[in-house]
Amino acid sequence: MKRATPYLIFVLLAIACFSVATTLQSRVTAWNNGHDSDSVMKVLLGDGRRIFANQAFVEADVYFHAGYYPSVFDQSQAPKDTRHLTAKEGSAEEEEHERQMNFLGPPADWIERFGRHFLITEHEHLGGGKEREILPWLKLSAELDPQRIATYTVAAYWLRKELGKPAEAEQFLREGLRNNPNSYELLFELGRLYNENYHDRARARNVWDLALKRWRTQEGNKKEPDNQSLEEIAINLARAEELDGDLRNAIVHLEIAAKVSPRPDALREQITEMQRKLNSASPTPEQPRH
Amino acid sequence: MNIVFALAGVVMKEMYRRKDFYVLFVLTAVMTLMMASVNFFHDAKVVRIIKDVCLLLIWLSALVIAVTMTARQIPAERENRTIFPLLAKPVSRVQVVLGKFAGCWFACGLALLVFYLFFILISGTRENYWPMLQFFKAIWLQWTMLGVVVSLVLLGSVVFAAPSSNATICFVVIAGVLLLGRHLNHLAVQQAEPLRTVVYALYFMVPHLEWFDVRDFVVNDRPLPGLVDCGLATCYAALYSAVLLFATWLVFRRKALNQ
Repeated sequence: MKRATPYLIFVLLAIACFSVATTLQSRVTAWNNGHDSDSVMKVLLGDGRRIFANQAFVEADVYFHAGYYPSVFDQSQAPKDTRHLTAKEGSAEEEEHERQMNFLGPPADWIERFGRHFLITEHEHLGGGKEREILPWLKLSAELDPQRIATYTVAAYWLRKELGKPAEAEQFLREGLRNNPNSYELLFELGRLYNENYHDRARARNVWDLALKRWRTQEGNKKEPDNQSLEEIAINLARAEELDGDLRNAIVHLEIAAKVSPRPDALREQITEMQRKLNSASPTPEQPRH
Repeated sequence: MNIVFALAGVVMKEMYRRKDFYVLFVLTAVMTLMMASVNFFHDAKVVRIIKDVCLLLIWLSALVIAVTMTARQIPAERENRTIFPLLAKPVSRVQVVLGKFAGCWFACGLALLVFYLFFILISGTRENYWPMLQFFKAIWLQWTMLGVVVSLVLLGSVVFAAPSSNATICFVVIAGVLLLGRHLNHLAVQQAEPLRTVVYALYFMVPHLEWFDVRDFVVNDRPLPGLVDCGLATCYAALYSAVLLFATWLVFRRKALNQ
């Protein structure tokens, strides 16, 4: 009996532990106020995770440049926005980015000159499907900071445009929208996906309409609104409406774009052309939607 | 020369016996395989982040192995009093220094080979691309750099009192050189005199270990520096190793061993 006593006590304690655990489990979930879906990152890092999210996004940019990137000592030369990540070759953004990334001046001494042989010194961007390499960092960045919109739009752009994965792009954008329900950037990107990948223009128009409403709510009263996004939304909406034969609304949206565009002349010409088509097609004007 | 190699053999056997290498290798392998198993948007071709993580772990592991193993060589011989029969063989003090250096450096090379074999397998099977010359250059440059590290730690082991303090100071110095070495000249011009001269002198004095870190080239599939540049870098590292080993011998030859 004496030899069995410690084992019996151990079994008793184990049963007691199990009973207390089962009793407390439901209460602990209630303490958490139903927020048990928080990611491990959020639990571990708290708000400090946003700093790491930024670093993960920078890493994606480093990969995009195949290792050619300013160090912490050349940070004044680091890209300031994310537009170069989705800029087309030969575009104004791309040219500005090329100028910005010319951060390596002439070497100051023989050590630096020789050291350049062991440093990536050629500016290039990933291509031919290798853009997939930036995706893990973008995924990590989104995990760490779900409120960072650029992470979703950049990842979705490459997923649908170059990697042929529109379903994954849509899923990621929807994840972004769940975390940022009022984001006009995410809605605009979702509209592009419907239009360009699924060729579902009607759905794209609806999403862009919503994006325009969200833009007006959020940016309309700002001193320096995000006019570039407004221009993109309005132009895409106008194109879709033009293809659907809804020239009246297309003109309305092109006028919105022309007001904020840095190069409005081409848009004004298009408006005049559409106006001419509209006048020759129907003498009785319809009421525009906006 | 045979005595040097005999001493080196003993040091290498120590690496087999100790668990450091095995633990670090298993840790590297497990973390890399875990990284490889993560699903990023259902794309199985993502490889650079895996290469990046694996190479970072290889670099950290190699540095840990080199510094900890070298730091305890001479202090352990003194503490266990085995240095006296060793020197009575007769083995000169310069042979002890060279033997310890060769043993630690070869052991690091052996460890690097195992680590890189794993890396090449993971990277090659994932992207179906086997740039063996690139890998050879990367291994060679890292091993050459470890030669300087081993010499530096060996010098520290005859200067500092305990292996722990030596290892800590060496880790700080190595990390400092790897992170800041390339930028010291630019930092110098931003300082006022006399700090500017001090930082500039430091820039020209420290061994530029960062040259040998070509991970970015391997990760991003960029062509590594040419053979001539690798050769010159090897000569640079050999020169620094020689200077550090000579300094080690200068301190060690007059050092009282019975304290």
